[in-house]
Amino acid sequence: MPLIPSDSAQADRIAPAATAPELLRNFCIIAHIDHGKSTLADRMLQLTGVVDARQMRAQYLDRMDIERERGITIKSQAVRMPWGVREGGVEGGAVLPYALNMIDTPGHVDFTYEVSRSLAACEGAVLLVDAAQGIEAQTLANLYLAMENDLTIIPVLNKIDLPAAQPEKYAEELANLIGGDPEDCLKVSGKTGEGVEALLDRIVRDVPPPVGDPDAPSRAMIFDSVYDVYRGVVTYVRVIDGHLKPRERILMLSTRGTHELLEIGVSSPEPTSTAGLGVGEVGYLITGVKDVRQSRVGDTVTNAQKPASVALAGYADPKPMVFSGLYPIDGSDYPVLREALDKLQLNDAALTYEPETSVALGFGFRCGFLGLLHLEIVRERLEREFNLDLISTAPNVIYDVTMEDGKEVVVTNPSEFPAGKISTVSEPLVKATLLTPSDYVGTIMELCQGRRGTLQGMDYLSEDRVELRYTLPLAEIIFDFFDQLKSRTRGYATLDYELTGEATADLVKVDILLQGEPVDAFSAIVHRDKAYAYGVMMTEKLKELIPRQQFEVPIQAAIGARIIARETIRAMRKDVLAKCYGGDISRKRKLLEKQKEGKKRMKNIGRVEVPQEAFVAALSSDAAGGKESPKR
Amino acid sequence: MSAASSAFGVYLHVPFCSVRCGYCDFNTYTATELGGGASQMSYARTAVTEIALAEAELQRRGLAGREVSTVFFGGGTPTLLPTADLAAMLGAVASTWGLARDAEITTEANPDSVGRSDLADLRAAGFTRVSFGMQSAVPHVLATLDRTHDPERVPQVVAWAREAGLAVSLDLIYGTPGESVEDWRRSVQAVLALEPDHVSAYALTIEPGTKMHARVRRGDLPGVDGDDQATKYEVADTLLEQAGYGWYEISNWARSPEQRCRHNIAYWSSEDWWGVGPGAHSHLAGQRFWNVKHPRAYAQRVEAGELPIAETESLTSEQIADERVLLGIRLVEGLPVDPAVRHLLPAMVEEDLLDAVPAASGVARLTRRGRLLADTVVGRLVS
Repeated sequence: MPLIPSDSAQADRIAPAATAPELLRNFCIIAHIDHGKSTLADRMLQLTGVVDARQMRAQYLDRMDIERERGITIKSQAVRMPWGVREGGVEGGAVLPYALNMIDTPGHVDFTYEVSRSLAACEGAVLLVDAAQGIEAQTLANLYLAMENDLTIIPVLNKIDLPAAQPEKYAEELANLIGGDPEDCLKVSGKTGEGVEALLDRIVRDVPPPVGDPDAPSRAMIFDSVYDVYRGVVTYVRVIDGHLKPRERILMLSTRGTHELLEIGVSSPEPTSTAGLGVGEVGYLITGVKDVRQSRVGDTVTNAQKPASVALAGYADPKPMVFSGLYPIDGSDYPVLREALDKLQLNDAALTYEPETSVALGFGFRCGFLGLLHLEIVRERLEREFNLDLISTAPNVIYDVTMEDGKEVVVTNPSEFPAGKISTVSEPLVKATLLTPSDYVGTIMELCQGRRGTLQGMDYLSEDRVELRYTLPLAEIIFDFFDQLKSRTRGYATLDYELTGEATADLVKVDILLQGEPVDAFSAIVHRDKAYAYGVMMTEKLKELIPRQQFEVPIQAAIGARIIARETIRAMRKDVLAKCYGGDISRKRKLLEKQKEGKKRMKNIGRVEVPQEAFVAALSSDAAGGKESPKR
Repeated sequence: MSAASSAFGVYLHVPFCSVRCGYCDFNTYTATELGGGASQMSYARTAVTEIALAEAELQRRGLAGREVSTVFFGGGTPTLLPTADLAAMLGAVASTWGLARDAEITTEANPDSVGRSDLADLRAAGFTRVSFGMQSAVPHVLATLDRTHDPERVPQVVAWAREAGLAVSLDLIYGTPGESVEDWRRSVQAVLALEPDHVSAYALTIEPGTKMHARVRRGDLPGVDGDDQATKYEVADTLLEQAGYGWYEISNWARSPEQRCRHNIAYWSSEDWWGVGPGAHSHLAGQRFWNVKHPRAYAQRVEAGELPIAETESLTSEQIADERVLLGIRLVEGLPVDPAVRHLLPAMVEEDLLDAVPAASGVARLTRRGRLLADTVVGRLVS
């Protein structure tokens, strides 16, 4: 039987704002996207009685539809759960009540910073691994992050109910990774609930309680910040020192903003206001601010009258790394897109955008994202929640260009790439971790080398599973890398990466010209060695997509004034329909009406008329690159 | 538009063929497709009934009392019907509406579906013109088109038609899969050798749903090629012009303005006409309407005393303006353009799409290149 503290004396001991730090346990779950984290969390909510079976919807904590459908967690949340453990672990011993805070971490490579802040709010981490698949690259990266943060790691194999489960094999693998005995690895099934009680007991037993100074000026770390239409921004914090109380004025140390605490509370899992939050506690704050930029992940919250002098370590401004132009396919949707981005930004501190005009695509926005998944999520939300049809240009990274005269230019869009004498161009690099069955080591090395990667190391996690570490230009990863990796390894290899600095490279801008006129949407910054291949690929593709005109149209790829590839669309000689089908003029007129309609969607590049669909097709076929979405 | 002043034409559709050609998507049926020949036998009677219903409708609308200036029997293969049937239908037109003194009365014919006496009978019944579906003079091209006639028969029927006193038009199709430019030149020369009064040359269009379309899709036949068709058009236009035939519509040439097909011109000039028969289209006072397609459904409606109209379209002023451009541009007289788009003409002259002289006075007349790119020209003039 689960032990849920039920009598009121016990409940009082773990009431929010009145719980001794020794009775608190703050933990998170580190898992790969589809290894069952949400299902396990659901079982915990049920077992600890905070959600009853009737209220339970599958994967309670994943709020957004996109998350639920794709089975991934984008935004984390924290849930407070009561749990009782018999004193001394013996039958008949007194039940000691504990309050467990489960901090859900975002599960993707683009959100490493958010993950690091969630981890910083915990003392322990459940390392959850699918017993049929073993650990994946992202999990490994987050595990390293947790170990760097000195978190206590509890290894758990999930889905032991699956016929394909190999718990012994993967317990060995986990033991090799984190040290310790394979026997220490817990085996659970989020689906059936088997082993979940034992896991909760283990959390109480192994995860250290939080430590802080209750009398010091208050300091709480923001680990998440979510915009809610009804309540404004809901800020999730972990109190380190002191305490926070309703109605007090708080100060954000990085932004220097002060706000009144309108409400303070905990989620269990519905938000419940409390008398405050004390040392080690996790909960939410509402101040009435409307924009998550005023309540930034990693920032320190303190009392405005009696502020702490030192901010908590680890704050960083969110910095977009990948840029893409987003354009409405129907030009009249531009205002809708603007409004939609305004709304999304309220809830997304990392999203940036500014208006941009393209000859080929019309009016749109240059948007900055943390990475490709972030781009894809934003785009999907825009299409789904705001009913927009969008086209995005091929994503690119930030380049720092130094001119021969010493001038520096930051390029977030190929169109900004300077034309003059360039001394150096530097680009962001990432440290990539790839986990793969050993059969695919060769093909992955080939892929990474083709993408200008440098092998940094290689380890066998077990007999047949290998960890490869590469340094790669970020630009090479955002263009078709995930898809290539997945197809070359039949979906088995996984990838994680983090930024690791910058390096100069021989990079050039390739322009695509239609009858001598550049088509801005197709300009790309590529390595000189790949410029030719890019030029050939784009000119060939456009030749297929652009309808013949009544004059010859050369399609060229050029670096500066130098043409590196050329195709020609031959002149169209005949477009007239000869017959009049037994006086069926209506049919002819309908064709004309269709032609007129199509003309509205034509873009003129010089004299060349190009249907917008051609641009859309040229950009969407393989330009949208990486999609690490497992459930497609 | 005053009812009496403008031309009024009658189109009579004969929806029967002895075989269906692989490229044909016209509304026509073979005896087997119809499942029994009864309707072919009673067809003329049904058409005559529709003519009576049409007259009632014209009277109801206050559009009656217009003499018929052109009659055109098309199909299908009109000459599959006994000449007496064709004569009966023409007679109904004449007795119902009256024929103008110089009325042009044409029937289409297949070279192998008419004989010497048929042609004489047609003339006696009042027909003035016959248009033979020659299509090609080259046996392998005719075979690809599923045409059953022997090319040797064409000179024969042309001679008989002329003997009977009928004006003669020959129809050609260019761009058939497998047809070489040389094949095409041979066909045009064969036509010229027969000295017809009028020539039509149509680019083959392979419509979805036809047998030929399926063969192309399967890869059994190459598809049509626009460049090849353009070359062949140029070959034909050059040869015809040299032989004294002037173009008067994109696909039509005549030896003199008097020998142009007035019925055809009426279509491109948005004149009024009534289309009799299943699937036939009509145009009347700003409305277009068309009959139900299937001969059996058509016959049922007509025999029940109802007009067999499937759908009616009342044209908006924008549609009328668009049609004026779409249709009028095809004629040799050229199209006086709307002053709002006149500024577009010089560029099109520059691109060799329009003739310079008429363009200077605001008339868009297509050059040879412009005729092949007429859709481009129309697209610019209507946008």
